[in-house]
Amino acid sequence: MARVEVLKTYKLFIDGKFPRTESGRYFKAKDAVGEFIGNMCLASRKDFRNAIKAARKSQSSWQDRSAYNRGQILYRIAENIEARKKEFSDLIAKEQGLSQKEAMSQVESAIDRVIYFSGWTDKLQQVFSSVNPVASNHFNFSILEPMGVISILSDSFTSFFEFISVVSASILSGNSIVILAGENASLSALTFAEVLAHSDVPNGVVNILSGKAEELSSHFASHMDSNALILVGKHTNRAELETLATENVKRVFCWSHEEIKASKFENPYYIKALNEVKTTWHPIENISSSSSTY
Amino acid sequence: MTNPFDFVSPPIDQIGLIERTQKFSTRSIKNDSKVQALKLALSMIDLTTLEGKDTIGKVQQLCAKAKKPHDFMDVPTVAAVCVYPNMVRVAKQALSKSNIKVASVATAFPSGMSSLKVKKEDVRYAIEEGADEIDMVISRGKFLQGEYSYVFEEIATIKELCKEVSLKVILETGELGSLDNIRLASDIALHAGADFIKTSTGKISSAATMPITLCMLEAIRDYYKKTGLKIGMKPAGGISEAKLAIHYLVMVKETLGQDWLNNSKFRFGASRLANDLLMQLRKQETGFYQSSNYFSND
Repeated sequence: MARVEVLKTYKLFIDGKFPRTESGRYFKAKDAVGEFIGNMCLASRKDFRNAIKAARKSQSSWQDRSAYNRGQILYRIAENIEARKKEFSDLIAKEQGLSQKEAMSQVESAIDRVIYFSGWTDKLQQVFSSVNPVASNHFNFSILEPMGVISILSDSFTSFFEFISVVSASILSGNSIVILAGENASLSALTFAEVLAHSDVPNGVVNILSGKAEELSSHFASHMDSNALILVGKHTNRAELETLATENVKRVFCWSHEEIKASKFENPYYIKALNEVKTTWHPIENISSSSSTY
Repeated sequence: MTNPFDFVSPPIDQIGLIERTQKFSTRSIKNDSKVQALKLALSMIDLTTLEGKDTIGKVQQLCAKAKKPHDFMDVPTVAAVCVYPNMVRVAKQALSKSNIKVASVATAFPSGMSSLKVKKEDVRYAIEEGADEIDMVISRGKFLQGEYSYVFEEIATIKELCKEVSLKVILETGELGSLDNIRLASDIALHAGADFIKTSTGKISSAATMPITLCMLEAIRDYYKKTGLKIGMKPAGGISEAKLAIHYLVMVKETLGQDWLNNSKFRFGASRLANDLLMQLRKQETGFYQSSNYFSND
């Protein structure tokens, strides 16, 4: 008797678990030529709320990990994608209508991106922190601190490479994220969640939803417990989203698909942008100011 | 050990009880009803601080929050503030122009490991300081040794001291070992004169759960059927989310009925719950999901 193939059910990734959407809804993911490839969860605003809650819960301990440890974990992610290269390239080839060769090249570039960003975890402070000269008896210094929880919304991620780039650039300095996988890259994105789940990434640091941007965008922009919003691609309601983001003075970043894919994205200023600068004025006693009277 | 009382506590069907509680969380409660439920839950809170590090400032802060839970939302005040006996006077003063009650834990809270003499003195002191309600703990060691009459007598003695002051009896269900024991302890407390029965001290990790609360609610229901007296219930510890609080309200309504859906018959012993209720109310008002950054910590 012929064997019945066991098909994978793709679910959301929230707080290190793989729940179905609480709404019970789904959409049909299609490949590049419009063929049905799978039923995906159509995440609701409540799934987004749960994801933000998980992100908030995990954020401070993620930030408190040593930079070196965060780097190790990112490197581990790269190792684990490498081990599943074939699976990812097959998925990507199907999702994006690429040849096997093109798909494999994209997976390899994605792995290299993660390695690139993993290297920055313990160098970021060295490059961007400073001791500042001031005209009073203070030791004055500035350091970077992660923004906290970041919501990332794309009109639709055009590739796995792009998705991985945004995730690794955002989490490396200690941010937790909630990211909506695009309709065209949701299979590979949610397979990537399986990599995260066994790479020692703490639960809740990365939360991945699948669904429709136009349905969730206002909640991404308005949630009071999200500290920043990254809008990838073109959003026709951008002005409305930016207005909603003002309620808790969220930082809003708009990145184009092209700039993320370009080699210029391998640039520490993108990482710096997702951090706040904290400047400390530390009083110092000036006991040696008296000079000799000889 | 044989039961020395004129009542018999029925055995508890644990599987049935747990399955019953799961039903309460499936009710769909929308918009207007939800807002009403959130406000009701807020009005039922005993805002609690029971730490060795409590200061006058902390208690005053908590009382301020009790009187005005949110800066600009029109929400009810909480039912009571619950503190240690030596903080009763501070709380009483801070709440002087309000209807909010001051509840004090007593009887060598939380362990209850002291003599009856000391426990009586503890209660007397709390009442003299101005407590409107007393939260006593039962002697769990004695109960587990089978000295049920001792436990009964102790509660009855404290109730005599309390007179008009409302008495809540804490069973510390996490230490009683089984649902049968929880039912028996509830029955003892009810027959000995408790005005409320309460699940936990909040000092051990196993605190209020829905099955345990349901077991106690059923004891209250059976006692009401037998005597016509309506005794209150207070689950305490571990209830920090608005959604869970609403499930509790559903359980109370479907087990005891409308008469228990007010703060003279049902309370939540909690502190974090208040903020979650406020956040959900604010969400209903603004349409935006809220952040705890914008709500006071106490």
